[in-house]
Amino acid sequence: MRAALFVTCVNDALYPRTGIAVVRLLERLGVAVDFPAAQSCCGQPQYNTGYRYETEPLVRRTARAFAGYPYVVTPSGSCAAMIREHYPRIGRKAAAEGRGGELAEAAASLAPRVYELTEFLVDVLGVTDVGAYFPHTVTYHPSCHGLRGLGLGDRPRRLLAAVKGLDLVELPGAEECCGFGGTFAVKNPDVSTAMGADKIAAAAGTGARVLCGADNSCLAHLDGLLRRADSPIRALHLAEILAATEEEPLP
Amino acid sequence: MTGTHLGMPAFPAAAPAFPAAAREAVRDEGLRANLRHATHTIRDKRRRAVAELEDWDRLRAAGRAVKDHTLRHLDRYLLQLEEAVTAAGGTVHWAADADEANRIVTDLVRATGEREVVKVKSMATQEIGLNEALEAAGIAAYETDLAELIVQLGHDRPSHILVPAIHRNRAEIRDIFRAEMGGWGRAAPEPLGDDPRELAEAARLHLREKFLRAKVAVSGANFMVAETGTMVVFESEGNGRMCLTLPETLISVVGIEKVVPTFRDLEIFLQTLPRSSTAERMNPYTTMWTGLGPSRGADGDGPSAFHLVLLDNGRTDTLADEVGRQALRCIRCSACLNVCPVYERAGGHAYGSVYPGPIGAILSPQLRGTGSAIDASLPYASTLCGACYEVCPVAIDIPEVLVHLRERVAQGGPVTRGGVRVTLRPADGHTAERAAMRAARLLLDRPGALRAAERLLARARRLAPRRLPGAGRAWTDSRELPTVPAESFRDWWARERSDPR
Ligand code: SF4
Repeated sequence: MRAALFVTCVNDALYPRTGIAVVRLLERLGVAVDFPAAQSCCGQPQYNTGYRYETEPLVRRTARAFAGYPYVVTPSGSCAAMIREHYPRIGRKAAAEGRGGELAEAAASLAPRVYELTEFLVDVLGVTDVGAYFPHTVTYHPSCHGLRGLGLGDRPRRLLAAVKGLDLVELPGAEECCGFGGTFAVKNPDVSTAMGADKIAAAAGTGARVLCGADNSCLAHLDGLLRRADSPIRALHLAEILAATEEEPLP
Repeated sequence: MTGTHLGMPAFPAAAPAFPAAAREAVRDEGLRANLRHATHTIRDKRRRAVAELEDWDRLRAAGRAVKDHTLRHLDRYLLQLEEAVTAAGGTVHWAADADEANRIVTDLVRATGEREVVKVKSMATQEIGLNEALEAAGIAAYETDLAELIVQLGHDRPSHILVPAIHRNRAEIRDIFRAEMGGWGRAAPEPLGDDPRELAEAARLHLREKFLRAKVAVSGANFMVAETGTMVVFESEGNGRMCLTLPETLISVVGIEKVVPTFRDLEIFLQTLPRSSTAERMNPYTTMWTGLGPSRGADGDGPSAFHLVLLDNGRTDTLADEVGRQALRCIRCSACLNVCPVYERAGGHAYGSVYPGPIGAILSPQLRGTGSAIDASLPYASTLCGACYEVCPVAIDIPEVLVHLRERVAQGGPVTRGGVRVTLRPADGHTAERAAMRAARLLLDRPGALRAAERLLARARRLAPRRLPGAGRAWTDSRELPTVPAESFRDWWARERSDPR
């Protein structure tokens, strides 16, 4: 099976280890991974801040970069939700405003081919035990877009629970937003920080040493708070845990 | 009636933008604890109450459908309502905006020769600042809902749709009662403790005097039934029912979006509203009144005159917007407030409106326009986490409307104001942001340039400051920045998996 990786701009520039982990993990599971170099940002920051016109070229670029791939996999619930939920909306609005139907078609064609990593593993590949090894106590924060936008349900937890050596502990108030929210984090820094502080306090209360998530933008916010607080807890993307094995443990 | 001073609006138009207003609340540990406790208690109860109904999803869809259908044919149903109310002996008044509504109500009260009115909790009258308008005309308006009474006596503003005094604790309420009740009527009994039963009894005695004396009442309504002309109020304390039945003249001020076509439609909302708002299977008091009816008037129970003031105040403009109009489906249950993580930290006052929380963030900038600092900031007062959409009993996609309104603020666009289609220019203060978005897009749309920029960043990573200047400070004031890696994913891929370029 062949799949294209949509690594996302945040992972490309700041968290390449997550992208590398996805490549290693998928290859280990027998998937041939492509990385179309024409890809860039999905346009979520622009769109969510109210700049729909600035988003359109990025919708066009993303749709073009992944044309022809039946499976596009991304390690970000919010970017997957952006493409699945909002691309068709942006396309329809552009068409209604008389900017041709081409964007609408491209968006509608891409949307159903995009899979968040855990969806791809569980639904398409049909695996929950990916052969990973990670001997640590982990708690999982399901980011809002994965949880409510995509309806990922317990897929991430099932994948984590199957990891050898991993002790999964429930995060109290897991379904509450961490306070990142894209530009919300800088437009409303006080509320954002207050929400994040409650989240890391909940994580600390579990006794876990690793706070796992499936969206590096939320994790950047939480990790930033954890490090500022000199916390022993480490924020880690799910893909990196799933990619770790006994032979090649996580550094 | 020249020279009538309408008084201050309940919320000043020059309210500070949301982030600044929220900052104070976030730092108020006591307030945050009160809010956290109250919202978490009610949200857990709501979840249990909703889970009891197997057909919740269908009730939610049905409520949405009824509301959408009514909004689509609002003109028709309002005319039908007017006819039914008139046939039942009531009088219908149409008010285009707050000033007109206040004038109508003031004139109606003046015509009775009375100088005071009792009120049952009505968001519409708070929205238009009726109490202040009446006060300016020399008429005293007494709130009779317990929480409203606390807010009014405390010279305060409501901070929650259903629990307007959610930000007050028992000791504060006792102090307010002791200090203020005497000035408004029957004083609080001495000594007064802060036991809820003692406080409720003090309020009961104080209010009873008002109910028995009042000749005029002002109310809102949760629903208006077009086919029968029936007004419906849901409440928990029974004070509303006293208010609706004891006085001689009843004036109901209701937003035009509150109409439903038939009596049967209430069946849906009788189930969804109480469960969503107070987590009760059924609300304790449901009062319905239809004009004056055969049993009302001079020889029966209830008022002998009934006036219905139908309030627009930005609603038809909102209706003209395809995406934003869904906000008019709202039945004011407040479930979205109780699950909102932003409301929980920022409190209700930060929203600068009688409609706080997620629904306020989409309703106020539509009813009032996005012209003021507070209204332009409200669409950004959310992380778009989606919890509000998930609980809303009429399935309002609040995040979708938020993004839609952000677009209006950031890049302008067509809106309807006062029935006229106009094109808004982008709001002030977004120039730097717009430039940054544009620059980012230009870079992101050129993968070659992006790759070069990533390399530059990697090379300069050791120079990265711990604290950023300008807008970035909002991040680094409380959070560390991510560490810049030595190599981007793009470069790793080129090196490891494909031919080097
Ligand atoms: S928006 Fe929905 S959840 Fe919020 S108050 Fe209105 S009806 Fe209730």
